[in-house]
Amino acid sequence: MNYHLLIPEMCLAGTAIAVILLDLVIARKGILQMASIAALIAAIVVSAALWGKADPDIFNGLLRADQFAIFFKVLFSGAAILVLLTTKDYVSKIARFQGEYYALILLSVVGMMLMAASRDLITIYVSLELTSISLYALVGFLKDPKSSEAGLKYLLLGAVASAILLYGMALIFGITGETRLAEIAAAVPAGRIWDNPLLLLGVMFMIGGFGFKIATVPFQMWVPDVYEGAPTTVTAYLSVASKAAGFAVILRVFLEAFGGDILPDWAMIFAVLGAISMTVGNVIAISQTNVKRMLGYSSIAQAGYLMVGLAAATRVDGANDPVLFGPTGLVFFLGCYALANLGAFIAIIAITNKTKSDAIDDFAGMGSRAPVISLALTLCLISLTGVPPTAGFLAKLYLFNAAVHHDLVWMVIVGVINSAISAYYYLRVVKMTWFGTPASAEGVPSSLALRLALAVACAGVLALFFYPSPLLDVARDAAQSVAGAVLP
Amino acid sequence: MMSVGLEHYLVLSAVLFCIGLYGALVKRNTVVILMCIEIMLNAVNIALVAFARYLVPEPPDPVVYSGQIFVIFVMVVAAAEAAVGLALIVSIYRSRRTVDATEIDLMKG
Repeated sequence: MNYHLLIPEMCLAGTAIAVILLDLVIARKGILQMASIAALIAAIVVSAALWGKADPDIFNGLLRADQFAIFFKVLFSGAAILVLLTTKDYVSKIARFQGEYYALILLSVVGMMLMAASRDLITIYVSLELTSISLYALVGFLKDPKSSEAGLKYLLLGAVASAILLYGMALIFGITGETRLAEIAAAVPAGRIWDNPLLLLGVMFMIGGFGFKIATVPFQMWVPDVYEGAPTTVTAYLSVASKAAGFAVILRVFLEAFGGDILPDWAMIFAVLGAISMTVGNVIAISQTNVKRMLGYSSIAQAGYLMVGLAAATRVDGANDPVLFGPTGLVFFLGCYALANLGAFIAIIAITNKTKSDAIDDFAGMGSRAPVISLALTLCLISLTGVPPTAGFLAKLYLFNAAVHHDLVWMVIVGVINSAISAYYYLRVVKMTWFGTPASAEGVPSSLALRLALAVACAGVLALFFYPSPLLDVARDAAQSVAGAVLP
Repeated sequence: MMSVGLEHYLVLSAVLFCIGLYGALVKRNTVVILMCIEIMLNAVNIALVAFARYLVPEPPDPVVYSGQIFVIFVMVVAAAEAAVGLALIVSIYRSRRTVDATEIDLMKG
């Protein structure tokens, strides 16, 4: 057996349990944070070392540690490290329960890693719930009325979504008699999806269940409340890692299990949902006055852009280079989005920690009070808008390029119009930061760890603009490993 | 005498699922919403077990138990979910003295 392929997950799960136990006896909680970060770094190193190994199947093919899974494992661990680094500045609010906080973050990373690697409906469901239940507890972590309310809303809507997902899985199981993705692919009835109502229902229910995780219309209603009520560090983590995990599992399930005749049909469903998501997210974000709510709606819009990659998830006919434009663009976009969104949230954590307010108006004049943090925030928001010189520009360019190759020009038009709309509300924060009148002249203190995390995110956003080829190559390998064998 | 077949179980499962979904969407008491979610999950369990029972492969193929195994996992996860859900409800009840979903509305917009 290939148990060594599971070392990253086992290392994180073991550390999570150790952290909970040590929390009982250790007075200096900083050690727990160090241990968690060390475990995450170890998981990244081990995952990277497993890149491109010949025999990636674990447990008789229930899990697979291919390049696709490894890319996402590194992404989740990296996001968790950046979030844990900023926790020091947020820690006063959770002082009593630090051990649980670190353990829950680690457990949710384990769940996401398994989500990206799963190739069986049962494993997918269990790992998805491991992620979700950890996140429900994290969202309600502050135990103040807002945070508990956010946690409960997230749990109730999330549980309904997972019940719908399960019903879809049960229908697919009924149609094909299999729970393994590869065998489902072989047993899915031939012909278009519209000829088979039961299959259509099953696929729609699965899109609904996963759509909740990636926060797309019409399963987005939880996003603003949960983003506002959750601890800001958890919001940052949720907006990046949870969304990436949702896209990972969608890519895996739909390309591996439904990559046959019905591929164009679900690609079209995603195209329509994506276009609506972008528009709804961006238009509602304009009227927001709370920065966390605004970024919540912005993340709905970003999910819309990402779904362009799902809509274009086929290999281009007649092209010599067998590149999977859509999935590659999606994976690349996720990498860039993760850095920019985490960077923006880290800057916001530093600022709101000082002002004790999430209102956009309270960012006024931060440019003179905290120039470096404001500059970083500006850079990350520009990247989210998709303007050079940032990674977000290249990511959108690549994704829209993929759409053009697949005759989805209408989606590109919708996407470009939406990017213009989004510039309004992103740049409103930037304008407020630099040209607003400061409420006081006090500086904004931040820990060394937070500044390090912010520097990493911003350096990544800039570096990926000037030197994107390494990540693009990685994204291409990842997309190839999940879809290369099943697409015609 | 009509025998009970796959369709009967599937209709029962669909009806239960719809009852659960309807309750989860319109009920105001959050504890009742949690119960409705349990009904939805159990509807899924009925469908899974029925499929597993009636889609038995012909003798040369090995029998698969994935449907039944799936149900066991769903039950375990549902219990964990209910535990976290009830904990959150208790936490809200302590500060707000209510479990009514329409009164838990600090955040809007």
